[in-house]
Amino acid sequence: MRNTEIKPVKIDSEPFFKRLLSHRLTFSLVVLLVVVVQNIITTPDFFKISMTNGLISGYIPNILDEASELVIVTLGMTLVIAVSGGVDLSVGAIMAIAASFCGLLLNGAEYRTDVFHNPYILALFVGLLGGGLCGVFNGFLVSRLKIQPMIATLILFTAGRSIAKQITHGQTIYIMNPVYKWLGVQIPGVPIRTTILISIAIIILVTLVTKLTSLGLYIQSVGINGSASRLVGLNSRAIKFMAFVICGVLAGAAGLVGSSSVGSVNSGELGLSIEMDAILAVALGGNDLFGGKFSIAGAVIGAYTIQAITTTLYAMNVRADQLNVFKAVIIIVIIVASSDVFKEKIKRFTRHLFSKNMSLGGLSDERQ
Amino acid sequence: MRDSKKTAAPAPVQWIKHKGLSNTGVLLLITISLFVLLYVISLILFADSNFAKYSVFFNLINSKAHLLMLALGVTVVLITGSIDISVGGVTGLVSMVIAVMLMEYGVNAIWAIPMSLGIGLAFGIVQGFLVAYLEIQPFIVTLSGMFFARGMISVINAKSVPISDPSFMSWSSAKVFIPFLYNVRRNGTHDIAYLTPAAIAAIVILIVLIIALKKTKFGRSLYAVGGNPQSALFMGINIKRTKFMAHVLCSVLAGIGGLLFTLFAPSGNPGNGYGYEIDAISSSVIGGVMLNGGVGLPIGTLFGVLINSLIERVVPLLGIVDASWPRIISSAFLFVFIVLQSVFASASTKGGFKLLLPQWMKFKRKHTAET
Repeated sequence: MRNTEIKPVKIDSEPFFKRLLSHRLTFSLVVLLVVVVQNIITTPDFFKISMTNGLISGYIPNILDEASELVIVTLGMTLVIAVSGGVDLSVGAIMAIAASFCGLLLNGAEYRTDVFHNPYILALFVGLLGGGLCGVFNGFLVSRLKIQPMIATLILFTAGRSIAKQITHGQTIYIMNPVYKWLGVQIPGVPIRTTILISIAIIILVTLVTKLTSLGLYIQSVGINGSASRLVGLNSRAIKFMAFVICGVLAGAAGLVGSSSVGSVNSGELGLSIEMDAILAVALGGNDLFGGKFSIAGAVIGAYTIQAITTTLYAMNVRADQLNVFKAVIIIVIIVASSDVFKEKIKRFTRHLFSKNMSLGGLSDERQ
Repeated sequence: MRDSKKTAAPAPVQWIKHKGLSNTGVLLLITISLFVLLYVISLILFADSNFAKYSVFFNLINSKAHLLMLALGVTVVLITGSIDISVGGVTGLVSMVIAVMLMEYGVNAIWAIPMSLGIGLAFGIVQGFLVAYLEIQPFIVTLSGMFFARGMISVINAKSVPISDPSFMSWSSAKVFIPFLYNVRRNGTHDIAYLTPAAIAAIVILIVLIIALKKTKFGRSLYAVGGNPQSALFMGINIKRTKFMAHVLCSVLAGIGGLLFTLFAPSGNPGNGYGYEIDAISSSVIGGVMLNGGVGLPIGTLFGVLINSLIERVVPLLGIVDASWPRIISSAFLFVFIVLQSVFASASTKGGFKLLLPQWMKFKRKHTAET
């Protein structure tokens, strides 16, 4: 008898189904599931994995491979959105700049060669440094000059590709040395595509950095309330700055991976409109676009979901530039559905309906 | 005695206060003097490329009439403390729709006008509703709008469609000569300054906007909403409707801008209007519009556009052929002016460096102290 009386404590926690519905990962997982089911129906050999040229290939490894750039960029974007409530629009341009630095160092003055002019590692490092410098620029504007992140990054968003074009002297750089493709395709002897390994490594790295150090906690607290976190002694400027630099470095890494997988540096094409995908992935992962709490897992699942959607739409003969229409509509729907005002209106509407139903049996309504 | 001495030689800041020059005035002054300075420099540096001619000056307006429309729209939105980056996409979409409409369906050219207004209106209503009534961040909304418009362009047509409709082309190539403003060429003919119909339309709309923002209730409520929404609310201004109307106005102006762009470059091209949003924003910001809202004048935007136009004309003369340089320089100008604004704003707040979050960045979190 005593035991049954303790029951009211359980009322405090919501029922399992409701908790499941309100969990941040649910939405993205459901979308992913829908895409996967749709793919299974249209392509019977969806789960088939085979070996070609010493590489594991198939639909799923393909999606994982193509999503790797997006995943890396999304991780940085997640931190930026969490810390500032704004987005970093310049990630695509940073990718182009980083790859251009790398390509310039490797190729020297020539634009089509198979000889490395500088050590490979040095070129990769300089590429990352270029991305980091762009991040420093953005971070300086946002944290020091208090410019809203979107305007600050809009500068590089438009100027960045032109700068990258200047770095490569307006040409597409072709790097024919097979070593260059190690990063983006395959290291000889390893059966898994390097891009997948790199993206997984970076996911683990970012997760560890945000979970093991207090950076993740600091980013959330600055994102939730900047001045309050300053009052408790956090250097919110430095944390914002750091988030933008991390985002820049990650975007640079994505640029290196992206250019390596095609074996060339094309500043006009590399990472084109990836910022939209990254924002979409962050939103799809259940992260609040107004800043604050974030979930790396959600963002990663969001990114893979976006890539799955993209690949599916490609299979349905939708062109790359037309994809943006779908993505724009999806992002608006997600944001409208998660906006407080909309939720409030829906709540009021259902309450209104409910009260009407209640009074349906009453006399007052019958008279009307 | 001492009082008169003080007024006779006041410190610069006091002089500014004395003359009643607000932030708006100072920023406008900087813009106009920058334009004059740039023009004089290019006059001296490139003496043989005709900067002293009237026609060259008027061509600065002729070639950027569409940008003036976009920048004016962005100005209106920025004054309310919001932002719109879909204007470039709308421009491209309008030009593509007009091209396809005229060339593939053979519609009368007159329908280009309602079509462009309609596209602008549709974008404005949807974006305005989402921003004003559902209180979603304008940047996200208009970014989606931009991608939507860009995607729609290639859904409609992925190839370039040159326009050869005779009546449209006659509008496009018409010139309205300005009497008495001419230079005599070496061979004795007169090089008369002219304006295109597009430029005239842009100037008319500019004048209407100047008057509307200064004199009408709507114009004044725009400044009130952008300057301090709280007090605007206490004054009885409908903030949501004002923001909604600002977005509708901006997108309609973007639609008109698309029409003027098509008149300037008569072809529908998937790349049309690419990056125009940054040109429009930088023109507004260079013209003295504060990104935080509440400050800005359409006349300043005109000078911002003229500076952009001048940069585009001067850069090739420096021997740089690459088309990407004007945009880099324009972005650099934007950067400088944003920094300038930040300095101004921090200097005007007494309590040192305050967080300068614009109004649309202030989330509805009730316990946020950093407003």
